[in-house]
Amino acid sequence: MPLAFSAQAIQEIARVRSRYPESQAACLPVLHLAQHEFGHLSDEALKLVAATLELPESHVFGVVTFYTMFRREPQGENVLRICTNVSCMLSGGYRVLDQVCDQLGIRPGQTTVDGKFSIVEEECLAACADAPMVLCGKRYFLRLSSSEAVDQMLSELRAQPERE
Amino acid sequence: MATQIVLRNMGVEGANTLKGALERGAYSRLKKTFALLPGAVVDEVKRSNLRGRGGAGFPTGLKWTFLPKGAPTVYLVVNADESEPGTCKDREILYWDPHLLIEGVILASYALNSRHSYIYIRGEMMREHAVLQRAVEEAYAKGYLGKDHKCAGGNFRCDLTVHRGAGAYICGEETALLNSLEGKRGWPRLKPPFPAIKGLFGQPTIVNNVETISNLPAILEQGGEWFAGLGTPKSGGTRILCVSGHVNRPGVYELPMGIPLREVIYDVAGGIPGGRVLKGVIPGGSSMPILTPEELDVPMEFDALMTDARIKPVEARPGVLFDLGGGKQLRTMAGSGGVIVMDETTDMVKVCWRIMRFYAHESCGQCTPCREGTGWLERITRRLAEGRGQPGDVELCESIATGIAGNTICPLGDAAAWPMLAFTTKFRSELQARIP
Repeated sequence: MPLAFSAQAIQEIARVRSRYPESQAACLPVLHLAQHEFGHLSDEALKLVAATLELPESHVFGVVTFYTMFRREPQGENVLRICTNVSCMLSGGYRVLDQVCDQLGIRPGQTTVDGKFSIVEEECLAACADAPMVLCGKRYFLRLSSSEAVDQMLSELRAQPERE
Repeated sequence: MATQIVLRNMGVEGANTLKGALERGAYSRLKKTFALLPGAVVDEVKRSNLRGRGGAGFPTGLKWTFLPKGAPTVYLVVNADESEPGTCKDREILYWDPHLLIEGVILASYALNSRHSYIYIRGEMMREHAVLQRAVEEAYAKGYLGKDHKCAGGNFRCDLTVHRGAGAYICGEETALLNSLEGKRGWPRLKPPFPAIKGLFGQPTIVNNVETISNLPAILEQGGEWFAGLGTPKSGGTRILCVSGHVNRPGVYELPMGIPLREVIYDVAGGIPGGRVLKGVIPGGSSMPILTPEELDVPMEFDALMTDARIKPVEARPGVLFDLGGGKQLRTMAGSGGVIVMDETTDMVKVCWRIMRFYAHESCGQCTPCREGTGWLERITRRLAEGRGQPGDVELCESIATGIAGNTICPLGDAAAWPMLAFTTKFRSELQARIP
């Protein structure tokens, strides 16, 4: 069966489109919506977005590949966004990244076989005063200054995933 | 403690809901402002000496006057794409005081005659987006947005849409942001035309930072003169500084404009842990040239950081000053308020590499000097950081950086070149020591 938006999403797309004088401006919001509905942006999803907004597929492809948050592959339930930029690096950001990679047995850009976690090595996430930090969905894990704090983050998210 | 204007509600539970915000004075400035003609609002902002808090420090009121007179369609766009490394202030405003920002948007929209304004929020800020979106819906339900207000100049109605980015530092650059808002790749546009003439959807557009807009309610409540009086002669109000790195009390602080950097580090942020010695400090986000312990007695204010003779000018190569254009020297800049403190244990070569890695990752790829140059700088500083430098590497970094600076459409190229040259100027021996 070809990919289709849910009735709720179709309603939301109509609302989004009404907020801009040009339908192309709805491209990012509708891609966010599609990613939320389908988990990732497959070729079919890109075609669906292009057809919905009457945009060339090539335009939608160009947009999707420009922005780091749009993903072409399925991701884990928890996407761990681990900052290693300067402020976090000075406070142990790479220690956090290494510990998470070791414990999950994956590298940045990969997903655990059980589908629970993906790791993204992030650039600055605007929480520098609380470094080192990890963002997962709407949850911030701040001042992860000990390995126990990192352990606790992982066990909390394993028990209760924080989907994007 | 300095007057708290923008961070007044930081940490106050419930202040980010409409009920909590109203109890704390939100939207109380609308009526008074709507009694003025839009031009009088612009004049009040001009009197306040408010300068853009996104990084450039351009006078806000003056920027507003660049709009063509009588333009039928004007857009106000708020830049909430905070992503300059070391900067973490707008995220706090968005989370703790979204109604202050929305009130500021309504006030600015009235002054500029923007009937539909947009807030472009960084994609990764999922928590803040939810809070802001809820606040916008509350403001609509209450009629602050989407309904006619009776104003001195006739009826005025303001719509507001929150637009999420999707992960790209470059979209903090205003013309890249506009392209992104139009549903395109975030590629900066060549200026001129400036957005005030031809911006969003081809119409005259003003792009202002979150902190800038959040200062407007206080300015219109207490007057531009009062706001100007809080600051230094040419820069009104307070300044938010985000202090991170090796300090005892990292945090986001609203401080008097022009507070000396030494006081920020040793007083406000409690000094360096373990009594260790300072090695360097980035005063305004990672694009700004680093300062050494000899350069701490400067006021944290836009003009002083560019001109204070106590700050050593950045060199293009030893003995040759870097020319910022027209023979102007580059010392450093106040930037976005991100103060990153580094103690004596810090490996400056590694810090330099990490900054170069960031800009290489975030270069949009449009201009060759930046696309190729940032990648080269990343690879050369990486081999230096790993102790595998090659003879001539430091000079090569200088040559690449001066080849990027000033030769690109947008300032991302400069943002990589300036810190690189500051490291070769001020920490040269440390870089040289990594060449076996």
